[in-house]
Amino acid sequence: MPFIANTDEQRRQMLDRIGVSDVEELFADIPPELRSRPLDVPPALTEQEVRHRIAALASHNDAGTISFLGGGFYDHFIPAAVEAVVSRSEFYTAYTPYQPEASQGTLQAIYEYQSAICRLTDMEVSNASLYDGGTAMYEAMMMAVRITHRTRVVVDDSVSPIYRTMIRSYTSNLGIELVETVSADALPDRRAIAEQLDDRTAAVIVQNPTFFGCIDDVSDLAEMAHRCGALLIMSVYPISLGLLTPPGQMGADIVTGEGQSLGMPVSFGGPYLGFMAARMKHVRKMPGRIAGRTVDAEGRQGFVLTLQAREQHIRREKATSNICTNQGLCALTALVYLSLMGKDGLRELAQVCADRAYYAQQRLAEVAGVKLRYPNRWYFNEFVVDLPLPADKVIRKLLHRQIAAGFPLVRYWPEMDHSLLLAVTERRTRQEIDLFVHVLETVL
Amino acid sequence: MKLIFDKSVPGRRAVRNVPSGVRTRAEIKPSLLRSEPADLPELSELDVVRHFTELSNRNFGVDTGFYPLGSCTMKYNPKVTERVGRYPGFAYLHPLLPQLPGGEMMVQGALAVLHGTDLLLREICGMAAFTMQPLAGAHGELTSAMMIAAYHADKGNHKTVILIPDSAHGTNPASAAIAGFEVRTIPSDQTGVMDFDKLADAVDEKTAGVMLTCPNTLGLFNPRIKEIADKVHAVDGLMYYDGANINALLGRCRPGDIGFDLVHLNLHKTFATPHGGGGPGSGPVGAVDKLTPYLPVSIICERPDGSHYLDYDRPKSIGYIAPFYGNFAIVLRAYAYLLMLGREGLLRVSENAVLNANYLMVMLKEFYDLPYDRTCMHECVFSAERWGEKGVKAMDIAKALIDRGFHPPTVYFPLTVREAMMIEPTETESKETLDAFAEAMIEIARLAESDPEAVTGCPRTTPVGRLDEVRAARQPDLAAL
Repeated sequence: MPFIANTDEQRRQMLDRIGVSDVEELFADIPPELRSRPLDVPPALTEQEVRHRIAALASHNDAGTISFLGGGFYDHFIPAAVEAVVSRSEFYTAYTPYQPEASQGTLQAIYEYQSAICRLTDMEVSNASLYDGGTAMYEAMMMAVRITHRTRVVVDDSVSPIYRTMIRSYTSNLGIELVETVSADALPDRRAIAEQLDDRTAAVIVQNPTFFGCIDDVSDLAEMAHRCGALLIMSVYPISLGLLTPPGQMGADIVTGEGQSLGMPVSFGGPYLGFMAARMKHVRKMPGRIAGRTVDAEGRQGFVLTLQAREQHIRREKATSNICTNQGLCALTALVYLSLMGKDGLRELAQVCADRAYYAQQRLAEVAGVKLRYPNRWYFNEFVVDLPLPADKVIRKLLHRQIAAGFPLVRYWPEMDHSLLLAVTERRTRQEIDLFVHVLETVL
Repeated sequence: MKLIFDKSVPGRRAVRNVPSGVRTRAEIKPSLLRSEPADLPELSELDVVRHFTELSNRNFGVDTGFYPLGSCTMKYNPKVTERVGRYPGFAYLHPLLPQLPGGEMMVQGALAVLHGTDLLLREICGMAAFTMQPLAGAHGELTSAMMIAAYHADKGNHKTVILIPDSAHGTNPASAAIAGFEVRTIPSDQTGVMDFDKLADAVDEKTAGVMLTCPNTLGLFNPRIKEIADKVHAVDGLMYYDGANINALLGRCRPGDIGFDLVHLNLHKTFATPHGGGGPGSGPVGAVDKLTPYLPVSIICERPDGSHYLDYDRPKSIGYIAPFYGNFAIVLRAYAYLLMLGREGLLRVSENAVLNANYLMVMLKEFYDLPYDRTCMHECVFSAERWGEKGVKAMDIAKALIDRGFHPPTVYFPLTVREAMMIEPTETESKETLDAFAEAMIEIARLAESDPEAVTGCPRTTPVGRLDEVRAARQPDLAAL
């Protein structure tokens, strides 16, 4: 039997010690009428067969496509040392560090991760992780509701539609009023937001770069929000922070985002990494685990989970969140990645991504009928082009040629049926970009 | 041990990026750029690897030794699941691919994994359909609570209360509250399971549902579970099964057969995906027919020709509680594990899990208080209360175990037992390990009797001793900036 060590002889000895003759006697508490019939599940496969079967399924996917897909999830290069570190079984076979003396590895790593997130975003405190950027945004919203005792939230539609859908799903049974403002030219429309801000507003939620890839300075929005007692929540793309002004310097109160680009593959939906950082004064309203530094009786430095009175195992229905298991190993992954990239490495990487994106945009602008949709905006590594044909048609043809051209915005904005959102990372070579442009030309 | 930031040497680099390879230089408006790079450490690759290797040496995992954390099911994580979990054919699949015209045909292998796992879990639990979207156990609990709310709203029922036993894990009431419900707690009876009469009294027309763990957090199976279900269903309430303890029932009892309408599972517990130091987990939710319309979008379906597609046309769905299809790479690992277990393996898991727990219980009952002296299932709960008069608490016993090379059991949970120690060995532990653990526990009991300070002074062999948690909370130091 796989993974079960005891032999029949050992089991017999154990049954003797317990004082029963058959292991079935240990299940006597389950009434016979509640027993299931034998399960209709195939017989066990050996490891060799399992690997073969799953390798076949892996080959039924087209992972070799040249992809310009982004939309919040980016194909970045992952250094081998990241995988080597997080494959250490002392990290991945451990669980929640309930016994700190036996878990200083996990706890110090959480503390260092929290510190790295704060340094990246220029904020004061971070938690140990949330599930993904979308739940992080929802949790930030609820945190703002707890802090302000207000129930109205303004979200701009330049925020990821994937996340806006999630927030709507989460809050459907709660008394939260969600108001969406329409963006102007890919950035939040200041007038539209001003019109919605009032003394019942808990928070304004924006994203930088926006879902359309455009960069904004939202310091003015922070001021607007603060003037009426609301908080500014910003969702950000960590690699972009190698170059762009960090949200802490724009006046953000809570920063969230998707950490997948920090060393995790896109992996068809997960696992991902929701990060959250905030100002120290709001820490007691923050969800999630938090590690803190302290000392033992001999004055030696050590780390513990702290401020646990916020959490479900203590506050139960009054907890700041129900989160228990989070994305621990992914947070470790992000920490290792950021440590390997370092101060200059991350900035350099961000520049490479931007350079290649600007090159792609230039080459695309040379194709007859293709236009940059927001020419007056600045972007980082993702941008929108308008095509002379419906984007769906173009995408289908390019997919036949092993190129995933980008995301058709018509999925969320019906009037934008000629618009294509595409992202360029350091994994897209100049040759691949040239090939994409060449194939696009033949298709149009 | 130094922090990684303290090891930084200005000018040191680990990763060399590819050059941009294009003549274009992205000149973004300077006011949008940061003036200083983020203050990340500057290290060589060896610096980084040594730092984390040293940290890993200060950690204890299942691969290190016995890890009997009750209700966490710390079973062995088979290495084959790590191997297949990293296949590039899955790792590099972008989640938006199926939303491109023609994209669905490019991800058939991934959809087959998700659907294959769905089918296996349906059969194991007696449910009509599963969603893999929830990203952790508590997330599955919340998803279920949201589905309960959606069901009642759809039927025009005005139901605002969820009933939860006092032995429940804190995530149960927390999840119910987040879904907008009022929580009422039902006490346990003297046999250790939820009090049937008190439950019957509490069930009324406002009851939206009941959240139950079965066997419960004391490792006990409630024999009146079907009657409870009948009472709840009589008021159109719903029965939700917290699957944290299903390791005891695999192959022999299915939540769907005993009256449950919704189930959540923890793949990182029962289905052997790694615990990760606190995740990533995965909390799939299963539903009976009448609740499947409320499952999160999207659902994976199979065509007659065996190909798979995503169904987004779910008007009654609670929507999206994750960005896509769930923690795919975790589901993939569980799928591999399920294939290796097969029909026989599932039965052997529950059989050995329950055997191991009862074996430990019998060896320890002379030395520790057993609040419920009856056959347990996959875990047993002891109380350290008798050692209180010697000044020894459950926490001290836990620390003494660390010195002896064992991870302690869960302590101080469930809340219904004082000085609780919840021990779940799991089926992957050998008799020798259980004997060694029992020996250590007995030795600690003897020391508590004869030399309590030898216990209260633990741990002595770890890199740090007991840490000042009061100071950590009163003078928070939460980041090195």
